[in-house]
Amino acid sequence: MDDKDKDVRIPFGPQHPALKEPTSFSVALRGEKIHSIQVRIGYNHRGIEKGCEQRTFIQDLYLLERICGICSHSHSTCYAQAVEEIANLQVPKRALYIRTIIAELERVHSHLLWLGVAGHEIGFDTLLMYTWRDREAVMDLMAEITGNRVNYGINTLGGVRRDISLEQKEQVLKVIAKLEDQTKYYIQVAQEEVTLIQRLSGVGKLSQADAKRLGAVGPTARASEISADVRKDDPYAAYGELDFKVITDNHCDVYGRTLVRMGELLEAYSMIRQALKNMPDGPLSVRAPRKIPVGEALSRYEAPRGEDVHYVKSNGSDKPERVKVRAPTLANTQSISKMLEDRYLADMPIVVAAIDPCFSCTDRMIEVEEQGVMSWEQLRCYSIDWYKKQGVDFGGKKK
Amino acid sequence: MNDRRIWVEVPLADFMDKFSYAVKEQGFSFLCTITGLDEGEYLSFIYHLAGKDGVVLNIKTKALKDKESIKTVTGYFPSAAIYERELIDLLGAKVEGLPEGIRYPLPDDWPAGQYPLRKDWDASVLEKKNG
Repeated sequence: MDDKDKDVRIPFGPQHPALKEPTSFSVALRGEKIHSIQVRIGYNHRGIEKGCEQRTFIQDLYLLERICGICSHSHSTCYAQAVEEIANLQVPKRALYIRTIIAELERVHSHLLWLGVAGHEIGFDTLLMYTWRDREAVMDLMAEITGNRVNYGINTLGGVRRDISLEQKEQVLKVIAKLEDQTKYYIQVAQEEVTLIQRLSGVGKLSQADAKRLGAVGPTARASEISADVRKDDPYAAYGELDFKVITDNHCDVYGRTLVRMGELLEAYSMIRQALKNMPDGPLSVRAPRKIPVGEALSRYEAPRGEDVHYVKSNGSDKPERVKVRAPTLANTQSISKMLEDRYLADMPIVVAAIDPCFSCTDRMIEVEEQGVMSWEQLRCYSIDWYKKQGVDFGGKKK
Repeated sequence: MNDRRIWVEVPLADFMDKFSYAVKEQGFSFLCTITGLDEGEYLSFIYHLAGKDGVVLNIKTKALKDKESIKTVTGYFPSAAIYERELIDLLGAKVEGLPEGIRYPLPDDWPAGQYPLRKDWDASVLEKKNG
């Protein structure tokens, strides 16, 4: 009997593999320890890149925003930046500041969400209750400023659609002052609470060399001593004018990833304050042409989970020739196997959760299920007719 | 124009040399992703390599569709495997030397020879399948 025959293979997912998104791990176990692991993603493929080629540039902004419910502003800003570069649009400064404020508020609610999920995975549900309560305050702010709790729709090609009023500014300052106190308390808990430290330390180890080799991004990379942050390295929006630190950590484990995200929360509050203070008056957007000139651009954006990359190519028409998205989770997924090698199976949920995975970003798809109320064909005809009434014809064939 | 972006196109035969030079000699040490494009007779591939100071080198090369293959860059970046599998599934690219592994991102029972990101592809094949 060779070693391979001693392995017990356990399927982990695709339904609810410790998080509420589909992905599948095939885990080979030797005793309690993980010997090897295969990751299968793609369950959520929605064909958004193909969909973008069939829609206009402005429609794509809204479609791409729906790649993800958490980091939607990341995708819409990243795409808008690429199109604006091709069309040579000078986005007004005030709009760049508003994008930055929304981006950092998004990071705050995303990191608070992660902190809660991480607490939940290790049986520390009090932390989940606390952080998700705090996150709600950010969601309310988003609804107040943009009109939406998720998929904010604040961006347009050439700027932003809504201004931040003086009252809203005061409200933001009030909320982040409270959140800052709370975050400081969570940091104190993370530094003093023995159960939490012991449960997270040494779990999901990823050395600096492995993180580099496997192309890790965002807090996952920064917790392995890699000082990479698009906001600093390749500044966009108003980040070039803000004073902030790139938070790194040398623990190279889940504990380090927790500390990095908590540190980033404090930096985010500081950036929001600076941006609100220094935001110049002026217009919110410049007019973007319907047809974008021939060209291509690569845009990078530091999403809460790491570097988001959009490539856009225009052929001179009102629809892009190609839109390519690389979400941070796709880059980070590849380090999961390394983090779990020779670790206990019981560590798997927290290690997977620690990259803060977003498989819907990674797979970029929309699931259409037959509900019994409307068949696939009925739904399709309904949507084609609906869009035709709006003056949009995708050239879909009617059966 | 963004002055932190460099765009170059190299013939397929020279690609690996140029790519290696950029990675090993010029310090482009991070592969952001690989973009595949259907350009009619050719499939094009853009390798987005990030270097110091936020500079991104975009190296493009072309391969005759269904005839020529590109070589894997997993020797330089193990993380490239998933990007190359995406090119295979969605555009029908041929990648030489890519280690065996699980396909990404299409389902296991996806019909053979159907490459959704090719310009002449439409969703009718799925409609038949879904009834």
